[in-house]
Amino acid sequence: MTEVILRMRRVGRTYGEGSRRVDALVDVDLDVAPGELVAVTGRSGSGKSTLLNLAGTLDRPTTGTIEVDGRHLGDLGPRRLAELRRRTIGIVFQELNLIPSLTAAENVALPLELDGTDLRVARQAAEAALDEVGLGAMVDRYPDELSGGEQQRVAIARGLVGTRTLLLADEPTGALDELTGEAILRLLRSRCDAGAAGLLVTHDPGWAAWADRVVLLRSGRIESVTERSATPPTPAELRA
Amino acid sequence: MGIREGLLVLLADGPKHGYRLKGEFEEATGQAWPLNIGQVYTTLGRLERDGLVELDTTDSEGRKVYRLTKAGRAEVRDWLTRPVDHRLDARDELSMKLLLTLFAGVADPLAVVDTQRAATMTALQDLHRLKQETDPDDLPWLLHLDRLILRAEAELRWLDLVEDRLPERRRRPAAVHEPAETEEVTG
Repeated sequence: MTEVILRMRRVGRTYGEGSRRVDALVDVDLDVAPGELVAVTGRSGSGKSTLLNLAGTLDRPTTGTIEVDGRHLGDLGPRRLAELRRRTIGIVFQELNLIPSLTAAENVALPLELDGTDLRVARQAAEAALDEVGLGAMVDRYPDELSGGEQQRVAIARGLVGTRTLLLADEPTGALDELTGEAILRLLRSRCDAGAAGLLVTHDPGWAAWADRVVLLRSGRIESVTERSATPPTPAELRA
Repeated sequence: MGIREGLLVLLADGPKHGYRLKGEFEEATGQAWPLNIGQVYTTLGRLERDGLVELDTTDSEGRKVYRLTKAGRAEVRDWLTRPVDHRLDARDELSMKLLLTLFAGVADPLAVVDTQRAATMTALQDLHRLKQETDPDDLPWLLHLDRLILRAEAELRWLDLVEDRLPERRRRPAAVHEPAETEEVTG
């Protein structure tokens, strides 16, 4: 195991040219280690989603280097990148992208099946992931037979299924109510506590605060990084 | 609010002595507000002087057991039905610091925002960690943490808003000299 799963060095992403040039991301250095949950926050247009897409290999940086699990993304062709996305990187998008004609378990098993995993093994892994998000009794339901919060949890199970080591989540709590959102953050947090590296993109400071480190982006640059206290207050101190 | 209201509410449940009141107060508040027994008896003394409680009996161990008077019951009803008045928050130190910085121009208000945001975010991260480590059955403490968490979140949102409004403030004087920009702002 490498000491960091995600390493970004002087990463920049520019869209357009001349007067239309937009520097979406400028000189970003970021490491995420196993066991760590890092939140990226900032106003709309600050570069949050660009950063997540780069980490998820869905986009390539204009400048700088990105390593995932010790591999330089710049050295990998499309096939290798797709393999990395299926095996190493779990992504939970804001849009659920569930396939309506597949059941919850089939949706979750899909990335594993695409990767050549034996159907039965994939199915077992999918059921385990659904169980973890509290949907163990709904594996055979179709997306339209599930509530919005349940669909969101299926999407999360799909992002977490198997043994992914880098978990990326883009506003995973979406428009969910407070307690459902909390259950999802708890899940992400527990996966990270169990050894995965997590990157959470959110505009909401309340969800960002679940992370070990909070990276604030402003106009594509890292404005500040806050960490939990080295010596957090004890309940007794808060009570005083 | 003081311990006063707390003791009155607990006595509305039936006559109690000081040690029991102390224990119940701490249990009800998720141990968020520890009392010493001296405070409890001093407060009971004042409530007795004000006619809100009276001596019920002295128990076998010599402890004074108090009960609510009619006036005491009215006081409890009044306190529980009256909404909490938050107007004093206008004197909140952070608001004052930012408003005075803006007025006096002696420091960069964005720097004040950034410093506070980092500190409040750290505090919020700590609170979340504590919440994750809290026994889900410890309802009073959980509710107390939720309140602290939401208060910190509200502050962070407000700081974001302050930041969003600041450049607008700076643009305005310039717009007076450059009508073209005014058009852009209103259009």
